[in-house]
Amino acid sequence: MSGTDTPTTAPAVTRAEYCVLACAEAWRDAGEVLASPMGTVPMIGARLARLTFAPDLLLTDGEALLMGDVPAVGAPPGVVEGWLPYRQHLALVATGRRHVMMGASQLDRHGNQNISCIGDWRRPTRQLLGVRGAPVNTLNNPTSYWVPRHSPRVFVERVDMVCGVGHDRAEAAGPSATRYHRLPGVITDLGVFDFETPDRVMRLRSLHPGVTVEQVREATGFPLAVPEEVPYTRDPTAEELRLIREEIDPRGLRDREVRA
Amino acid sequence: MTAEEVVGRLRSGMTLGIGGWGSRRKPMALVRALLRSDLTDLTVVSYGGPDVGLLAAAGKIRKLVTAFATLDSVPLEPHFVAARQRGAFELVELDEAMMMWGLTAAVHRLPFMPIRAGIASDVMTVNPSLRTITSPYADREELVAVPALRLDAALVHLNRADAHGNGQYLGHDPYFDDLFCEAADTAYVSCERIVETSDLLKDAGPQTLLLKRAFVDGVVETPNGAHFTSCAPDHDRDEAFQRHYVAAARDPEAWREFTARFLSGDEDAYQAAVAAFHEEEA
Repeated sequence: MSGTDTPTTAPAVTRAEYCVLACAEAWRDAGEVLASPMGTVPMIGARLARLTFAPDLLLTDGEALLMGDVPAVGAPPGVVEGWLPYRQHLALVATGRRHVMMGASQLDRHGNQNISCIGDWRRPTRQLLGVRGAPVNTLNNPTSYWVPRHSPRVFVERVDMVCGVGHDRAEAAGPSATRYHRLPGVITDLGVFDFETPDRVMRLRSLHPGVTVEQVREATGFPLAVPEEVPYTRDPTAEELRLIREEIDPRGLRDREVRA
Repeated sequence: MTAEEVVGRLRSGMTLGIGGWGSRRKPMALVRALLRSDLTDLTVVSYGGPDVGLLAAAGKIRKLVTAFATLDSVPLEPHFVAARQRGAFELVELDEAMMMWGLTAAVHRLPFMPIRAGIASDVMTVNPSLRTITSPYADREELVAVPALRLDAALVHLNRADAHGNGQYLGHDPYFDDLFCEAADTAYVSCERIVETSDLLKDAGPQTLLLKRAFVDGVVETPNGAHFTSCAPDHDRDEAFQRHYVAAARDPEAWREFTARFLSGDEDAYQAAVAAFHEEEA
């Protein structure tokens, strides 16, 4: 071998970095829309997508400013290209020009999501955030989900309160619900999932390297659709790794959300 | 006016809208004045933060209309969580956009506004009184008819106002404070500083003039009055104090101490206790 410029001492790709990459992929081909990542890893992913294969994405500073550049996570933008206060953000959701990646305290096989409360809604055993914008998001613009700790407590047979609307509920409600309803995928610390089955139930799309199908099945509280051949989540390029490690998340905040 | 005079104009059982968002620019000095009063049985409409938490902890809320309660840098509002888990009040849980549309309907004096949000979600099942409406046009779409969220009174906090009620925000987001005021029969604004009308536009453009005096019934000067929520650019969120609030709220004994130290005197006593807290922490 004559090549000498491949660093052999570079640290191996971590699980958190595969998660960042999988999140970034959610915005591939999204076009000129607002990327709304919720959570640290999706935020790093959206910025990676913007710096590489999805340069037209709009990103906010997490409050009311649209960023003209792509600063490191936690740093203010150096360039501001627009204004998006909450009232405009809610209106933008209704235009559909947005792809949001939300969290999920519970998620079922049809893609119904809960962030409101656990137990009986009238008197919950565990009150969480509340419904927030999940109903408006899921009926108006593409909504993906990020789950940093894949477990049977999150992936349940039935969610306790439907905040984000899943495929079965949307279809039962009719055309007003299905017209703009789209759930492109679910990304977890174990793999990538979608709903591309005949009955629109959750399917394993790729495993992060080091994860087995059995591991995913055990961590999922409902029978998961698993194709005969399951690929691994793709490796990041050297440039993607550099961007993640040096430009977007030099402090390694991704490792706080995803265990090594 | 004073915060006490504002609260003196309110009555138990009223529907009260509270401006701001989460732990951002909440009229906390007015909320603290509410805590000192004997008002109770309130219906509160709010994008919930520690305003909801404090009023819930004091048992003043009969019914809450909200999409969430959060402290932003701390995801869950501890008093809201505890109050929900003990069934302390009735909840009308709406989507964030439904809230905006309900306030907008009230501003426009309409009975409802149509919105796609809510269909197929459990917002419709936990609020059995919500109705849908079918488009009279060829599309025949079925949409949610969000009822107007008409308010007896609104409480908001801004950066500046003049004595007549022209209110100005200087941060990045107006939130929904104008909607709250215009949806209310009476509206009260607290502000960091009351200035002469002629000074309002000295350093800012006219688009910062969020509130028109025709929709404001009283102005209160409450410096640091959004504390411990953020009120940029006048003051950021007091993260250290918010963490102290959260820790205290999770333990009954600590909460009694917090109440004795911070919430047992008037606003001046509160601000002095906060200053002392920071001196101790430093």
